[in-house]
Amino acid sequence: MPNTAPAAHRKIERNARDVVVRTKDLAKHYGEGEAQVRALNGVSCEIYSGEYLSIMGPSGSGKSTFFNMIGGLDKPSDGSVFVNSVDIAQLTPRELAFLRCHTIGYIFQTFNLITVRTALENVTLPMLFAGVTPDEAEERGMKLLETVGLGHRYHHRPSELSGGQQQRVAIARSLANSPAIVLADEPTGNLDLRTGQEIIDLLRRLNTENNVTIISATHDHKMLDVSDRVFHIRDGVLAEIEDKSGA
Amino acid sequence: MSSSGERGGFQNVDPPFWVAWNQALASIRVRFLRQAITSSGIALGIAFFASVETLRVATKTVAPEEASRTQWLIATSLVMCLVGVTNSMLMSVTERYREIGTIKCLGASDSFIVKVFFLEAVLLGTVGSLVGALVGTGLFSLVARFSGGSVTLPQALSVIGLAVVIGVVMTVAAAIAPAVQAAKMPAAAALRVEI
Repeated sequence: MPNTAPAAHRKIERNARDVVVRTKDLAKHYGEGEAQVRALNGVSCEIYSGEYLSIMGPSGSGKSTFFNMIGGLDKPSDGSVFVNSVDIAQLTPRELAFLRCHTIGYIFQTFNLITVRTALENVTLPMLFAGVTPDEAEERGMKLLETVGLGHRYHHRPSELSGGQQQRVAIARSLANSPAIVLADEPTGNLDLRTGQEIIDLLRRLNTENNVTIISATHDHKMLDVSDRVFHIRDGVLAEIEDKSGA
Repeated sequence: MSSSGERGGFQNVDPPFWVAWNQALASIRVRFLRQAITSSGIALGIAFFASVETLRVATKTVAPEEASRTQWLIATSLVMCLVGVTNSMLMSVTERYREIGTIKCLGASDSFIVKVFFLEAVLLGTVGSLVGALVGTGLFSLVARFSGGSVTLPQALSVIGLAVVIGVVMTVAAAIAPAVQAAKMPAAAALRVEI
């Protein structure tokens, strides 16, 4: 665990790679009194810019809670999350919306595309929130769809696409505003083996080519092979950090 | 690749109005049947109100007890209308929590989400109330004529106008409260909701 590693060692590592997300004593409780559930119980960690990080843990381990916290989707009960050195607990709802729009891209297990919009409109929506003109958004949206191999299906609605294709659209959408971080919550959970592998390869490719930090909560062992580091979360604490980058 | 730090901190950008408008239109177009049912619920309530109001206007001489009975009828029709509309709009917001959570993840501000639901409610409310008011007033102008009363065109128009205003206000009021609540939810909570 780097928490217990010598400070000097950690400093060198931090100089070599920028820290994009940092958490300090992060905790989340649900409910009150005796019925209180401590989903997350003091997690401190650093996530480096450009790395491919997997978060592993059984169901109920606090993995999803941790994921929601670092994505600014939920507020911690205790401790803090810093994204690009900004404490996100201090942000107003509007600033948080800005952060989600520009700095973080999200990918979900259930794809969560906007059902009433076409693939292209799904990809361009975050750009419109960022104030990009419609023409430019369309052009960039088409490029992103081509990157994920779906340029020819831009006018289809999510219901007309397969699961793997929907997840590709979701990946294109997550990259809409060139975020520093992409958060993927079990991106292969609803896909068959082959399609899941394709999605993992795609994420890894985007990670190397665009230098985007990928943080992925997963059960999937295929995901571990491509990860730089793996966080193992058990019972609400960061039990183990596995470094696979060979450094 | 640029990040927010390089863009000069946090600015307050809201997308232009047409983004919300297009989202509202797309939502109505794609869920057309569902929305048509909502709208016809509004139309029914407003038609009832418009017909009672038309009869009241058409009747020249009114006994006092008759007048109070009509007032009761109008009050009842409005309550009926309100319950129906609230129910439909509440449903249409709650069944879309997940969509709201997703849009929040994409960077929508709370006000954008409320704006979309506001526009949808205005559109549905206008169409539903207009249809209801026209049917109610039209039908009962005929009924009034057969039973000896009469309705002038300005009278009919004012009934229709009043009914449409009431219908739109009710629809918007019924949609805004749950929409504001949904927009303020943490995104994770909105995404977790299973309907």
